[in-house]
Amino acid sequence: MNFRPISRHVVGIVAVIASALVFLVPFAFIAVQALKTSPEAAGLDFAWPTNIVLFQNIAQVFQANDYMLILAFWNSAVLTVVSVSIMVVVAAMIGWVLARRPSRWNPWISFLILAGLIVPPAIVPTAWVMQSLGIFNTIIGLALVEVAYGMAFCVLLFRAFVSTIPKELDEAAAIDGAGPIRLFFRIGFPLLRSVIVTAIVVQAVAVFNDFANPLYFLPGAENATVQLTLFNFQSQFQTSWNLLFTNILLITIPPLLMYVFFNRKIVEGMTAGAIKG
Amino acid sequence: MYPRWFLLPGAAIYAVLFIAPTFASFYFAFTRWSFFNVEFIGFDNFVTFFTDPQLSKAFVNTLIYGVLTSGFKVVLGLALGVLLTSNILARSYLRAVVFFPVLVSTVGVGITFQALMNPSHGAINHVLAFFGISGPGWLTDPNLALYSIIAVDIWKGVGLATLIYMAGLVSIPSEYYEAATVDGASGWKNFRYITLPLVSPATTTVIILSLIGGLRSFEIIWAMTGGGPGFSSDVLASVIYKQYAAGFYGLSTAGNVVLFVLVAAVIIPLFSWLNRKQVDL
Amino acid sequence: MYKSTRRYRSAVVVGLMIAATALTGCSAGGGGGGDDSSGPVTLTWFSGAGVAANTDTMKALAAAYHEKNPNVTIKVDASGPSGSPDIDNVIKTKLATGAMPDMFWYNSGSLLAALNPDQTMLNVKDEDFVKNLDPTFVTAVSSKDGVYGVPVQSAGGGGIFYNIPIYKKLGLDIPKTWDEFLANAKKIKDAGYDAVEQTYGDAWTSQVLTLADFYNINASDSDWAKKWTENKVNFADDPVALQSFTKLQDLKDGGFLNKDFASAKLDDGLKAIATGTAANYPMLGFAEATIVANFPEHAKDVGFFGIPGDSANSAGMTVWEPSALYAPKNTKHPAEVKNFMAFVASKAGCDTITKTLGVTGAYVVKGCTLPSDAPKIVADMLPYFDSGKIAPALEFLSPVKGPNLASITVEVGSGIRSGEAGAKAYDDDSKKQAQQLGLPGW
Repeated sequence: MNFRPISRHVVGIVAVIASALVFLVPFAFIAVQALKTSPEAAGLDFAWPTNIVLFQNIAQVFQANDYMLILAFWNSAVLTVVSVSIMVVVAAMIGWVLARRPSRWNPWISFLILAGLIVPPAIVPTAWVMQSLGIFNTIIGLALVEVAYGMAFCVLLFRAFVSTIPKELDEAAAIDGAGPIRLFFRIGFPLLRSVIVTAIVVQAVAVFNDFANPLYFLPGAENATVQLTLFNFQSQFQTSWNLLFTNILLITIPPLLMYVFFNRKIVEGMTAGAIKG
Repeated sequence: MYPRWFLLPGAAIYAVLFIAPTFASFYFAFTRWSFFNVEFIGFDNFVTFFTDPQLSKAFVNTLIYGVLTSGFKVVLGLALGVLLTSNILARSYLRAVVFFPVLVSTVGVGITFQALMNPSHGAINHVLAFFGISGPGWLTDPNLALYSIIAVDIWKGVGLATLIYMAGLVSIPSEYYEAATVDGASGWKNFRYITLPLVSPATTTVIILSLIGGLRSFEIIWAMTGGGPGFSSDVLASVIYKQYAAGFYGLSTAGNVVLFVLVAAVIIPLFSWLNRKQVDL
Repeated sequence: MYKSTRRYRSAVVVGLMIAATALTGCSAGGGGGGDDSSGPVTLTWFSGAGVAANTDTMKALAAAYHEKNPNVTIKVDASGPSGSPDIDNVIKTKLATGAMPDMFWYNSGSLLAALNPDQTMLNVKDEDFVKNLDPTFVTAVSSKDGVYGVPVQSAGGGGIFYNIPIYKKLGLDIPKTWDEFLANAKKIKDAGYDAVEQTYGDAWTSQVLTLADFYNINASDSDWAKKWTENKVNFADDPVALQSFTKLQDLKDGGFLNKDFASAKLDDGLKAIATGTAANYPMLGFAEATIVANFPEHAKDVGFFGIPGDSANSAGMTVWEPSALYAPKNTKHPAEVKNFMAFVASKAGCDTITKTLGVTGAYVVKGCTLPSDAPKIVADMLPYFDSGKIAPALEFLSPVKGPNLASITVEVGSGIRSGEAGAKAYDDDSKKQAQQLGLPGW
């Protein structure tokens, strides 16, 4: 759809104003609270601070609970990188084979994948399984759990996308003597690049922002992840709103940077990346 | 060329850490379960679950929540998708801004909107007061709390829906529109007869993902109202969570089974219907 | 499409090997518990992050103990969720998965019973220090087979915090009956103050009035708790017990509440009662430490009385047993943990708490003394203790406590549900819980 020049400007300006009101004001709110001292932030309003203490707030947030936030950033980064890498590779392999090789089992496999989106996971039995494997309360254990929980989404995405890639490319490569692994990594993977970027962004945000699973599967204090640092400032008796919002601001920066980095690739990735049965 | 063992690494992780523990736990739905002692009690948990006085409210809330969030995400996502794939001014800025809320954690969103929606000193009611309107208790009025959460859920999730729609829209070959223009078709006709049908794979994706997400939604409700005031914004998932926290493990597992059956009963027919419709086009 | 069996097999083997190395590689990094030799030991003490005074207590006890036992270091891990039911959920999951550190802080009474202590926790029944403890407290940290905790707070009353300057200015007396309380509230309201502060933004605070009214139920029938456990009485049909819910409705119907009662939080409520924008606030005694810490200039402005009942003669106070220090069954250092418990359950332990928070209530450890300069709220509680006009809250006398009370009292207190309907709903909620506990008679 294309607008004529005049309406292009009118619609554009309206959209910019509306989007700023709806989408940016809440972020401005977070940022303003992060600038304030604790008593001023307790008002929870847009009043401009008399004294900007952002750097003091940032320093306090980092120092809280024996520099828990630094540890948490490290843990969350490791968790996100490990789980998303495994998830993308194994889900792409599954999507590749499922789309290329129809079989009578496919409806059942579809059901199991869909179930992954539908069923709420059982926490304690999962923890027991992890204990018997010796991976409970380890970063890799939690990463594998994240892989299991995020896989359904990724497989659906990849399978739909693979079916849009012409099969002739594979056949040509096979004639040239490429084995299945080379075929997948040399032919499939590059063609899937854009959808892979999409999966990476969506799942990295999900894992990085995950709250419940680290709480249960990675319980040690030395294993804290970023979302759990929010507890530091939420006392029942006196919430330090300035520090709480500074913390929210800080832990939103990594996903934001990642989004800015991948932004251009995402739309390409989504092209034709729709779910098909 | 496409060896079956490619399925194995993923399937192993999925089966061991998700399918096995989760479906095996369904057995405990028929027990009184303290994690250590298991006593088989047949369907008692289901009877208790269905006779819970708050259940019908939670059930209705779950459906309202699922339908409204996914409905609005489809409509707004499509509208924004069309807008952001047009030659609109400041397009990349708009694309980025719409996606911002997706990047913030649910807990962070909950805390922020709790503050913005505070009836006496929240920014939203301050603005309304400026125009002489006395704003309601967005999260404290029992008739309004659920809808306020729904609005925030849409705010947070519409970016992803827009993204999926943009992807669908840019993949529609421009020849269709050119041919239609030659035939003298207007903007609305283009939308109705070209865009809408050809973007239907994206519609399916948005409906399925947001409906499942909406019916299962818990985190954002919990972060904003904890199901309150009273029980007025409780959904099935929050009822189940509270039962678990109270130590009713068997009962909460039975609740999970019910939630699974409910979501599956809605999603699976819808999924196959939407897919069949797509093929027919 | 086709492949040789050999290639198929080798691929599986490679896959398993990768999995195996991944597993062994990481399990070595896990754990965290030290070895069991006689060298220095570090114990971790877990709690929710909700209450700064509690964290201060933990740190002070840990430091005082370390001074006497340099070999043992106690690490305070106050990283749990800040409130119920999230903290309940995390404590239960940690115990069930064996992930609980060496020690943890949790409520006593019916909430403890819901943790299945006989199966999950370290039994200290036969330790000498248990003999130092008040018998009512011991009941509140016991189950069928054992005793599990030592007190980390003092016992305190639950009732009404009142603002002394407002009462003085309006010439009001401490009410001895509920009718007098309502009459006072009317005068306060007419004078332009918030007569009663409520803070349903923290839903748990809505139950305080109902729970703290138990003294009056107990005064009418001292066997009520036992009958409640046996399902022989309930709130809806007992005219005295019913008042625990209708009193909450009276406050709403009378228009006595602060305007922002639905969204205000605990810290707003404490501020209102300390600075004198509100005259009454139903609250638990342990919040006193926070008033003293946050509003030192108003510490003398807040007083306390028990929830008034029908008769002026029997006016008394409901008592909350302190939270306790517990250990999971699988702690690697049971001897050290018990030693620390013995320290906490001694005069040295109480003195450490007093030094940290000041006087907050009556200690349940024998030999503990209170300095004479108790703050006003606590000083107002002590006569009730001295005269014996006290009763423990129901949750310390009976394991039956419906989990949804806070939601129900929010409904009654905001006028969504009547007092009668609230009592009925709570009876049903408790019935469900008793059935889940498998108690006879339900």
